[in-house]
Amino acid sequence: MDITVNILLTIATAATPLLIAAIGELVVERSGVLNLGVEGMMIMGAVGGFGAGYLTGSPWIGLLAAIAMGAVFSLLFAVMTLSLATNQVATGLSLTLLGLGLSGMMGTSFVGQPGERLPNLYIPVLTDIPVVGRLLFGQDPIFYISIALTAAVMWFLFKTRTGLTLRSIGDSHTSAHALGIKVIRYRYLAVIFGGACAGLAGGHLSLVYTPQWVENMTAGRGWIALALVVFASWRPWRVLAGAYIFGAVWIGQLHAQAFGIPVPSQLLSSLPYLATVVVLVLISRNKRLTMMNTPASLGQPFVPDR
Amino acid sequence: MMRLELVKRPQRSMLFSALSPFIAFGLTMIAGAILFALLGVNPLNAFEIYFIEPISQVWQLHELAIKAAPLILIAVGLSVCYKANIWNIGAEGQFILGGIFGSAIPVLFPGFEGPLVLPLMLLFGMVGGAAYAAIPALLKTRFGTNEILTSLMLVYVAQLFLDWLVRGPWRDPQGHGFPQTIQFNDSAVLPELMPDAGRANWGFVFALVAAVLIWVLMSRLLKGFEVRVLGSSPRAGRFAGFGLNRMVFFAFLLSGALAGLAGISEVSGAIGQLQPVISPGYGFTAIIVAFLGRLNPLGIVAAGLVLALTYLGGEAVQSALGISDKVARVFQGMLLFFVLGCDTLIHYRIRLVGMALAKGAAKLDAAPKLKEAR
Amino acid sequence: MSADHDGANLLEVRGLTKIFGTLTACDHIDLNIAKGEIHALLGENGAGKSTLVKMLFGSLEANSGEIFWNGEAVRITSPGMAKKLGIGMVFQHFSLFEALTAAENIALSLDDGSPISSIAAKARALSFSYGLPLDPDSLVGDLSVGERQRIEIIRCLLQTPQLIILDEPTSVLTPQEADKLFETLERLRSEGKSILYISHRLEEVKRICDRATVLRHGKVVGHCNPREETASSLARMMVGNEVKAVVRAPADGIETAQPLLEIRALSRKPATPFSIPLKNINLNVRAGEVIGIAGVAGNGQGEFFESVSGEVLQQDAASVRIRGKDAGALSITVRRLMGAAFVPEERLGHGAAPRMKLSENLLLSRHATDGKVFVGTGGAVKSGAVYAAAQRIIVAMDVRKSAPDPEAAALSGGNLQKFIVGRELDRSPAVMVVNQPTWGVDAGAAAHIRQALIELARSGSAVLVISQDLDELFEISDAIAVMHNGELSKPLPIAEATFEKIGLLMGGAEPGHAEHTLETA
Repeated sequence: MDITVNILLTIATAATPLLIAAIGELVVERSGVLNLGVEGMMIMGAVGGFGAGYLTGSPWIGLLAAIAMGAVFSLLFAVMTLSLATNQVATGLSLTLLGLGLSGMMGTSFVGQPGERLPNLYIPVLTDIPVVGRLLFGQDPIFYISIALTAAVMWFLFKTRTGLTLRSIGDSHTSAHALGIKVIRYRYLAVIFGGACAGLAGGHLSLVYTPQWVENMTAGRGWIALALVVFASWRPWRVLAGAYIFGAVWIGQLHAQAFGIPVPSQLLSSLPYLATVVVLVLISRNKRLTMMNTPASLGQPFVPDR
Repeated sequence: MMRLELVKRPQRSMLFSALSPFIAFGLTMIAGAILFALLGVNPLNAFEIYFIEPISQVWQLHELAIKAAPLILIAVGLSVCYKANIWNIGAEGQFILGGIFGSAIPVLFPGFEGPLVLPLMLLFGMVGGAAYAAIPALLKTRFGTNEILTSLMLVYVAQLFLDWLVRGPWRDPQGHGFPQTIQFNDSAVLPELMPDAGRANWGFVFALVAAVLIWVLMSRLLKGFEVRVLGSSPRAGRFAGFGLNRMVFFAFLLSGALAGLAGISEVSGAIGQLQPVISPGYGFTAIIVAFLGRLNPLGIVAAGLVLALTYLGGEAVQSALGISDKVARVFQGMLLFFVLGCDTLIHYRIRLVGMALAKGAAKLDAAPKLKEAR
Repeated sequence: MSADHDGANLLEVRGLTKIFGTLTACDHIDLNIAKGEIHALLGENGAGKSTLVKMLFGSLEANSGEIFWNGEAVRITSPGMAKKLGIGMVFQHFSLFEALTAAENIALSLDDGSPISSIAAKARALSFSYGLPLDPDSLVGDLSVGERQRIEIIRCLLQTPQLIILDEPTSVLTPQEADKLFETLERLRSEGKSILYISHRLEEVKRICDRATVLRHGKVVGHCNPREETASSLARMMVGNEVKAVVRAPADGIETAQPLLEIRALSRKPATPFSIPLKNINLNVRAGEVIGIAGVAGNGQGEFFESVSGEVLQQDAASVRIRGKDAGALSITVRRLMGAAFVPEERLGHGAAPRMKLSENLLLSRHATDGKVFVGTGGAVKSGAVYAAAQRIIVAMDVRKSAPDPEAAALSGGNLQKFIVGRELDRSPAVMVVNQPTWGVDAGAAAHIRQALIELARSGSAVLVISQDLDELFEISDAIAVMHNGELSKPLPIAEATFEKIGLLMGGAEPGHAEHTLETA
């Protein structure tokens, strides 16, 4: 029983950064912007979060720093693609490349340093309930943020007028502009929100998942988050489901390696990446679902006439 | 508060088309100077170590050519993809597979020697890279799967596959447990161009030839026209009778083959055996090279040399100033950012306007009154 | 019911000017709109009408000039501000969101925070009271063009505007739907609202407008009472000189001529969630004749064009036959080699690559048919020969341009269309299929293109013209068929065709179409 609980807890820990980064990107893409820089923003969040936590001794400050780092870094992408109308694919790629380089440089002095982990929640009595206690009341704080964030984004996108406006911009920025909606302003805010989420996700890696700084520690999670958004066909609850499936794959292959299953460890390590490809193929075979849900102006640069 | 406004030019600006890489380079230097200053280093001193010293002697130019060769080879292939609006970002994986396929000959048949070995290895390398690139192409054309994500995911798989090979079945039994294959025999090593002057090998020649061939393809042949039409307006391309699916395969196979050739040239020329890591991110840096070269094969040759210099400079500042060699990646990333930003100037004029917030608000005062009147 | 000319003006525009690069789209425009009048803004395509109204609606910023609203000077900097003042707009190219419902579309332009359900109820009530029934819960992507326009109008009315701007509202309607719209407009006028009605259709302007302002080349060339003018006097004001009427020589002996293009039982499933299926289409186009296909936009014309051109292949090879040979399974390139030529609806991005030179755009559709001339050994493009051919077409079609070989996007719509049509005519194709030959083209260029199509037919080719412009079809066709909801009616010989008959078919009223009238009723 305890083993099951432990496995479930580690799956949640592995799923949380994917979920947060993907939910952020979902909002960005719903506004019609494709930011391929998730990996870069995430690694910046990871190094910023670890650095601030390490230097101040407070992982909580680290958490805030991770969010701020992701947001600021995404601003670079926003200025380029929204104000200068650059190619979103190329700009997103360069954001990732820059993030990987910059984080490596910033993190040189943190390599091998012990970090402090964000403490898990502990509520007397409740957390001590067998089995469900630790699952519901004994996880790290970012886990709770991730669930709340998913619910909030669902509510925002589908229940609020502002959410409707955001979706309308993703559907047709020319129509939105003609109606007087501030397309660029909305997109700036969406991109920064996505950046903050990616930063938070990165912070989770360096403050909770493995509380230390390792170069390239995101290991493609930013890209998997991007794939999750496609897999979820831009629906928040499907992102949640997808993130946990991938969390399970991630943990599953780690456990398989630990148990010494007679399969090359490299093959097991490549499972999350192969699974991403398979999942993308399965979802893209359903053309109607993809077409109905893809924001129609996704990735298109927008320059308003004045 | 100020706001940027883009004003579309009636025709693309030839001036900025030519100038934009230079402006971008200048801006990178300024940002780099700030970066060095922040790190507590005199920027001028750092620039000298970074950009001048690594190419001040002939043997160093050879090192530059060694670094530039794979970048140019991969980037000219990618330029065809990107011109066709097809996003192969998995060249790193295709590079690795090219290295593995080509190495299969000297590793599995160490006794096989003679003039045939090298051409076969190069051919295998190209086949390996192309075959690996065919996977995202197939998934895109058959199922409509996003090629950006699939090609990238396959990079991680390729890295792990290489890791498994050199630690497992292909490990040199006499290698004292080091994760590497046997040293290739002499006929499996790409010869150096001028052994007396430096280490540069034939890979650099391959790169130059590939650049010229791709330039002819893109600017003189109907196929190049097809690439440009499908990339800039796919619907017009379909109207012209050009097949998008065929183009996806063409672009992926071509760029994969060139990345594979780069991979086997690197392994056979610069390294001489397979190791767990055979690329310091050439496949990704080549993306920057392609854009810095404005997706023009001849521009890419120049851009490849510049980016190769950032690698050498990174190593130089690390040993001379104790700065992380990651500074090279930062330079590369900044350069790409500035190039993309400057390219905006080709199609748009940029106007800086103050926001008329106060004015607008004053005018709006009339509105509530009107509402009541209704 | 005439307008109150003595009353204060609702809107006054003085010296409004808008410059795009080197082009002065609007040059010191003066315009007065009284309360309770329907005011026509007349002008050719490219005269500056859309630019002017975009400035009035705050989507574009004027370079200079003044706007007075109820006598007070205002600066309209955004559509939101225009709405606050009481200006509503029905766009020519609708500003709707296909993935959202009608009610959500309406909610987006209302600034109050009321819930979608109450907006839906209000919209439903208002739409029925104006006789424009609307289902607020339907997805816009599933709606016909006429229904989409209703959403635009209802959305505009819900903002209780004092001035409603309608940009070419009837260009997407059947004649009967247009009549319905005119009733709505007259009712709005009787409620004291002002309407700025933009059109280039003179008959309808004469019918419903109280006053007219005429634009030409960005300048106001006159104000008039359209009811006191004739259609031809209005046309003279718009165009500046007499437009040469298109001459249609009698088509002799076409009854016995060979059909060069045959469509047999052509069907096609919808390719995307929002596209129209084609149902059992049959049609013959014989040597020497022009057949017109009328229909409201979005009834399958685009899908039909793709199937005939070969951009999309058919399962059934015999469903499209060119010069007596099955072509349904052959690519567009092979169909061209069989003697067919095609001109699609969209100029930029479909018929031409916007960022490529005219000479390159010539190669676009002729790299195979003229392979010997344009492409040398090893697939090398003979750019000299291509350039020379492009210049030949530019001269033949009188294409006006600013550089010897400019990018397609640098040309005006009319000039680019002349080039694209000329590119195909230059080959003297045996079969010519054209979708919307003169959409958005000025009168002079339109007449030129229409005349060229007739002459091509009379020289022995089969010409098929798909158009939304009934005037155009009546001018050039020997027979007109109507496409509605993916089905094609039998062609009516031009001698028997009337606006009324064709209009009814466009609305779906034909014995064969009875089921659809039931559906929509």
